[in-house]
Amino acid sequence: MDQQLTVALRDDGSVDPGLDPGLDGETLRFLFRKMVFLRALDEKALNLQRAGRIGFYIGAAGQEASEIGSGFALKPGDWVFPSYRDQGVALLHGYPLSSLIAQLFGNRLDATKGRQMPNHWCDRSRRIVSVSSPVATQLPQAVGAAYAAKMRGEKDAFIAYFGDGGSSTGEFHVAMNFAGVFRTPNVFFCSNNQYAISVPVSRQTATGSIAAKAAAYGFRGIRVDGNDVLAVYRVTLDALELARGGGGPTLIEAVTYRMGAHSTSDDPTRYRSAEEVEAWRKKDPVARFASHLRSLGLLDDAFEETIAEEAREEVRRAVAECESAPPVPPESMVEDVYAEMPWHLSEQREWLRQPGGR
Amino acid sequence: MATMTFVQAIHDALAVEMERDPRVVLLGEDIGKNGGVFRATEGLWARFGPARVIDTPLAEAGIVGMAIGMALNGLRPVAEIQFADFIYPAFDQIVSELAKFRYRSAGQFPAPVVVRTPSGGGIKGGHYHSQSPEAYFIHTAGLKVAMPSTPADGKGMLAAAMRDPDPVIFLEPKALYRTVKGDVPEGDFVVPLGKARSVRSGEDVSLITYGATVHVAEEAAAIAAEEGIGVDVIDLRTLWPLDIDAVVQSVELTGRAVVLHEAPRTCGFGAELAALIQEKAFLHLKAPVQRVTGFDTPFPYALEKLYIPDARRVLDAVRAAMNF
Ligand SMILES: Cc1ncc(C[n+]2csc(CCOP(=O)(O)OP(=O)(O)O)c2C)c(N)n1
Repeated sequence: MDQQLTVALRDDGSVDPGLDPGLDGETLRFLFRKMVFLRALDEKALNLQRAGRIGFYIGAAGQEASEIGSGFALKPGDWVFPSYRDQGVALLHGYPLSSLIAQLFGNRLDATKGRQMPNHWCDRSRRIVSVSSPVATQLPQAVGAAYAAKMRGEKDAFIAYFGDGGSSTGEFHVAMNFAGVFRTPNVFFCSNNQYAISVPVSRQTATGSIAAKAAAYGFRGIRVDGNDVLAVYRVTLDALELARGGGGPTLIEAVTYRMGAHSTSDDPTRYRSAEEVEAWRKKDPVARFASHLRSLGLLDDAFEETIAEEAREEVRRAVAECESAPPVPPESMVEDVYAEMPWHLSEQREWLRQPGGR
Repeated sequence: MATMTFVQAIHDALAVEMERDPRVVLLGEDIGKNGGVFRATEGLWARFGPARVIDTPLAEAGIVGMAIGMALNGLRPVAEIQFADFIYPAFDQIVSELAKFRYRSAGQFPAPVVVRTPSGGGIKGGHYHSQSPEAYFIHTAGLKVAMPSTPADGKGMLAAAMRDPDPVIFLEPKALYRTVKGDVPEGDFVVPLGKARSVRSGEDVSLITYGATVHVAEEAAAIAAEEGIGVDVIDLRTLWPLDIDAVVQSVELTGRAVVLHEAPRTCGFGAELAALIQEKAFLHLKAPVQRVTGFDTPFPYALEKLYIPDARRVLDAVRAAMNF
């Protein structure tokens, strides 16, 4: 079963009038800036990891249009159930860069006390739910949270991100089924970046499209060009509005490509050909959007270089600000397991407090 | 006070708490119109409506996953897993997600979910309707695990679990649902989690147990008393966090301990109890801690009476502790 790909930004640089979200020049430049920023963040983080200053990183290079296009469609009250690759969405949803960087270092500035490896951030005040490593576990949770809002008559939407690999899990099917049955205000956003580590999407599903699966659960599926920031923005906006208005869930499949490694622990040359990567490089979402902006007269070489330099500088500053914080205190290890600390953890805390006890 | 069966007491807790707190929602399989296969939710669907008493699709990972999301967004969900044996499809949501949300978010996202489930054997259910999975959950940091043994505790502890800020795995000994009756306070009634109950006092042997085997312990203690052995029976009620003081005080008094449960022996909760007693009351011990447990086999259908510890096996252990 195949499904048509929604594309707004055409090859000739024009925009499909039927899908044009009609953003003004200022906003278009804002989106571009955010995409460039996300790429700069990735580059810096990968360098930090190579230099041994952080332990691990998961990059989003190649997926900027999906991240920024969908993240920009959110309203402040909307909830995000992210996966570990969605730092772009988090930043657009108000998550402070310094918090994100501090989480990479897992030091005393990390609001989550260095409890998880990098890329596992959260922020209750911005309705960004804690990232889990087990893939797709967030999907049924997003349904429950959406159910709660619907029950109270609130008009928030709940977007949950996952990958093509995640679409194979039991939790994906469970969540889609529950959301369909309860008609909850959910948007399921699948970043189909073609690989789950080394395994291609053809090993995740025998259907030609992940979006097509929505039909089996009784709601809308949209297959969008994930390297087209305008199309991603437009379909996500529509899906969120449908959800907020009581129209039920949508499954979005953003067809994109992860340009880099799965994570800093991965070597993609073992499973991808140089030709394949090169073919996708030609569809680079940042370059593609840049040429669109150029055709509109919104961007030139000098301005593009300024934007890139500003992005690098902002990331540099945040790293400098966060890196030197002291480590998390040892006894924080036993905090937050329960609302109140039980005796066995108090005993373990005493041990952690002993000089030389650790 | 009203006289209730165990399952009526569970029902009463759900009804009272739903009345008290509009954030309470129930979700599970067959809990709505049908009132649950054990009838624990009978009538609640008609009374509180299908939005608060939710018949879900048949998927345990969905039930618990959805409950987590509800809790993250301000509800107080009580998820019913029809039998504890079917909790394993939800295991990932419980141990990877529910248990860790508070910790991994450093307190930003507490997940106060109660997972209720009928546990244990004694109903001719074979091994897919009889398991005692408590050790998995006790082993998982972030969960509270409770198992009442009387109707009053069933009501009061479930009410406490529903008001608790942390996730609670609430195991209901299904063998007791209709076989045990008792006085239960009406209306708002809470038995705090984390406090053991002294079932019977004695000075010779501490007999530490929970759930359905509390009744086996009482039977054994009565027989032992005729032989002149005073058995101090403790019903732990909340398995984790444990009321360690109650255990240690009793063992300091008696100098002997028998731990008793229906779940399999190896790495069972009894092993942890024995280790804790050894750590915290070693110099008071006059005999090694005895374990009376189920067998290290899948739960058997035809031989369930043999599998579940009975008073005779408990007495053997009590005597072994006395005669060491
Ligand atoms: C349940 C589970 N199994 C295995 C893993 C190990 N793992 C981490 S990421 C990953 C691939 C996920 O691919 P996909 O869902 O497509 O997302 P992507 O990383 O491509 O964004 C795997 C197998 C995991 N995190 N969770």
